[in-house]
Amino acid sequence: MQTMLKQHSGFRAAQPGRQVVKVRAVAAPLKTATSAPAKAPLVTPEVAKDLYYDMVLGREFEEMCAQMYYRGKMFGFVHLYSGQEAVSSGVIRLLRPDDHVVSTYRDHVHALSKGVSAREVMAELFGKKTGCCRGQGGSMHMFSAKHNVLGGYAFIGEGIPVGLGAAFQSKYRRDVLGEETSDSVTCSFFGDGTCNVGQFYESLNMAALYKLPHIFVVENNLWAIGMSHLRATSRTSGDETPYIYKKGPAFGMPGVLVDGMDVLKVRQVAQEAVERARRGEGPTLIEAETYRFRGHSLADPDELRSKEEKARYQARDPIPQLKKYMLEHGLATEAEIKALEDKVAEVVEDSVKFADESPKPERGQLLENVFADPRGFGISEDGRYRYQQPGFSSGTAIVS
Amino acid sequence: MLPGLLQQARKHGVLCRVPRLTAAIRGFASSQSEMTVRDALNSALDEELARDDKVYVLGEEVGEYQGAYKITRGLLQKYGADRVKDTPITEAGFTGIAVGSAFAGLKPVCEFMTWNFAMQAIDQIINSAAKTLYMSAGKISCPIVFRGPNGAAAGVAAQHSQCFAAWYSSVPGLKVLAPYDSEDARGLLKAAIRDPDPVVFLENEIMYGQAFPVNAQVLDKDFTLPIGKAKVMREGKHVTLVSFSKMVGYCLKAADHLSKEGVHCEVVNLRTIKPLDKDTLLASIKKTHKMVTVEEGWPQCGVGSEIAALMQELAFDELDAPVLRVTGAEVPMPYAANLEAAALPQVDDIIKAVKKVLG
Repeated sequence: MQTMLKQHSGFRAAQPGRQVVKVRAVAAPLKTATSAPAKAPLVTPEVAKDLYYDMVLGREFEEMCAQMYYRGKMFGFVHLYSGQEAVSSGVIRLLRPDDHVVSTYRDHVHALSKGVSAREVMAELFGKKTGCCRGQGGSMHMFSAKHNVLGGYAFIGEGIPVGLGAAFQSKYRRDVLGEETSDSVTCSFFGDGTCNVGQFYESLNMAALYKLPHIFVVENNLWAIGMSHLRATSRTSGDETPYIYKKGPAFGMPGVLVDGMDVLKVRQVAQEAVERARRGEGPTLIEAETYRFRGHSLADPDELRSKEEKARYQARDPIPQLKKYMLEHGLATEAEIKALEDKVAEVVEDSVKFADESPKPERGQLLENVFADPRGFGISEDGRYRYQQPGFSSGTAIVS
Repeated sequence: MLPGLLQQARKHGVLCRVPRLTAAIRGFASSQSEMTVRDALNSALDEELARDDKVYVLGEEVGEYQGAYKITRGLLQKYGADRVKDTPITEAGFTGIAVGSAFAGLKPVCEFMTWNFAMQAIDQIINSAAKTLYMSAGKISCPIVFRGPNGAAAGVAAQHSQCFAAWYSSVPGLKVLAPYDSEDARGLLKAAIRDPDPVVFLENEIMYGQAFPVNAQVLDKDFTLPIGKAKVMREGKHVTLVSFSKMVGYCLKAADHLSKEGVHCEVVNLRTIKPLDKDTLLASIKKTHKMVTVEEGWPQCGVGSEIAALMQELAFDELDAPVLRVTGAEVPMPYAANLEAAALPQVDDIIKAVKKVLG
């Protein structure tokens, strides 16, 4: 017998007999005009400033990308993250260098938050040799071995099992290789559209089954190109809107809904999920309610989203929210905030200059890095390898 | 193979399906013994799991069921459930996990029950495993082996009988291997597991039960074969037969038959489909001036097509006749036994092709 529960946005009840899901920060459809009276701040000044800097960097970088794209410096498919910074900063700034991040094509800011330099990301977007993937990846395929960013995937849902693999590796190191301190976690970022892809469900199942230290972060911005989440996703029995976080408990992990426009709430929720994972208690599914201020990509005319909806979310812009919070709680002064913003402007300008002045990849780079093993290019009778032929490659193929 | 394992094998009803198993066990100790392809693969996996603890096996039924085709028999008992993982029926998911763990430093051996099922995971094989080293400009590699039976079995019909050699061999970033006998199976699987790149390892279900002689060198725990090098199984001067996997056996039979008529065929076992060993093929064509390729897969854009293109490009003046391709019929595999036989190359088809090319 189904009980028809009136589900308000963000409502989650501990229903009798159901697993209680710990929700700390809950989405509110409308921000109240007056803020709550100042309580003890949720973060230290250092953390607040770090989050602010990271969000402003993400925003300014993406806006600069739009400019550069329309000037022809960037090309192909470019998907901007403007508006969603609170999720990237809220989750990734918590992670350690040995934790992994996996993303989709909307990955510039995830890479930046994880520590890849703005110079390297911008150069990659310009298709230059000095990019983080030497111009071979592009906007949709940001990889960094140093910062453990495992991509950058064009096919939605494709990155999630890969993220699970990195989490599997962490668990394997502890259980099989005996590295007792191995407790790194992996966060996979993806959108609402991905939650209807088969690989998502396969991953939920296996993450829970194998108790992997993996955090599923759904950046629910309500739109998958022009397909509204409400048109694409069925609702749990009894609900009026589709909730992705409810799919977590169906597979045996906590599902958490959070206001993705509030970086501090995201951080709180992520902290708990990360600590759970490090303790070996398994995966968590976090649904962050967020919004992208620009279209799906720079080629998207973005005609289907209403002006009212956009205005509503613009009013909840995470960056002014955090600025207000910092000022109210004495975490930073106006001058300090301005200094951070100026620093970001400098970094972004510098990254453009760097990318502009960087050389394009040489032709010889075309055939490199197909195989890790240079012998993969074939063995010839005289024992030499094809890459040893003169003029084959002028790049940095390392001969062993 | 330990006696305990033999008991396990009996318990799981394996022996009734593998008549030569006892012979292989008894023969193990002598210097020239026989070994089935199944045991060759099993022993290769066993040795590589023992050698490097980053190597692990995952797939459907690899653990408690002892392997859908018993290739992983005994491994769960020996290495435990952390290193021999049974997965749910979730190809895209578990292939992705394997690929992601390889990016992060482990060395998975990902088994597909048959390569047909890998079509559910082909996104992960190609978009993640094959392309990532390139997309990351050499920084993130994928030392993974994808393995399983490929091609036609017996009466398993259209959705279980496809040969994927041509598809995977066209992708830059994958190495594609296809063993024929036990020596190939052992040497190539060990090389594949030790290789830093993603390897597609195409086995053959019919070959699993066939036994071949193996010497002490092949049985050595460090025996590997070079990837990218074909083997001349039989020398000849009149025509070159090029093939891989089960068809190599058919070529050898055809060569036997033809030698009685005074036609001597050189039989080349490709062993590696990608990268193709052009040099062995060119050396052979310079000797025989005629070539017939044999494969189970479909004709359009098959492995034979690539070889024919290469030979006419690189050795046009050496050719006395066009390169002929013997392939499977241009149909999804039928079920009826006689139709299935008609859809696949038989020894007679190879003989006919050789006679045609000889004019």
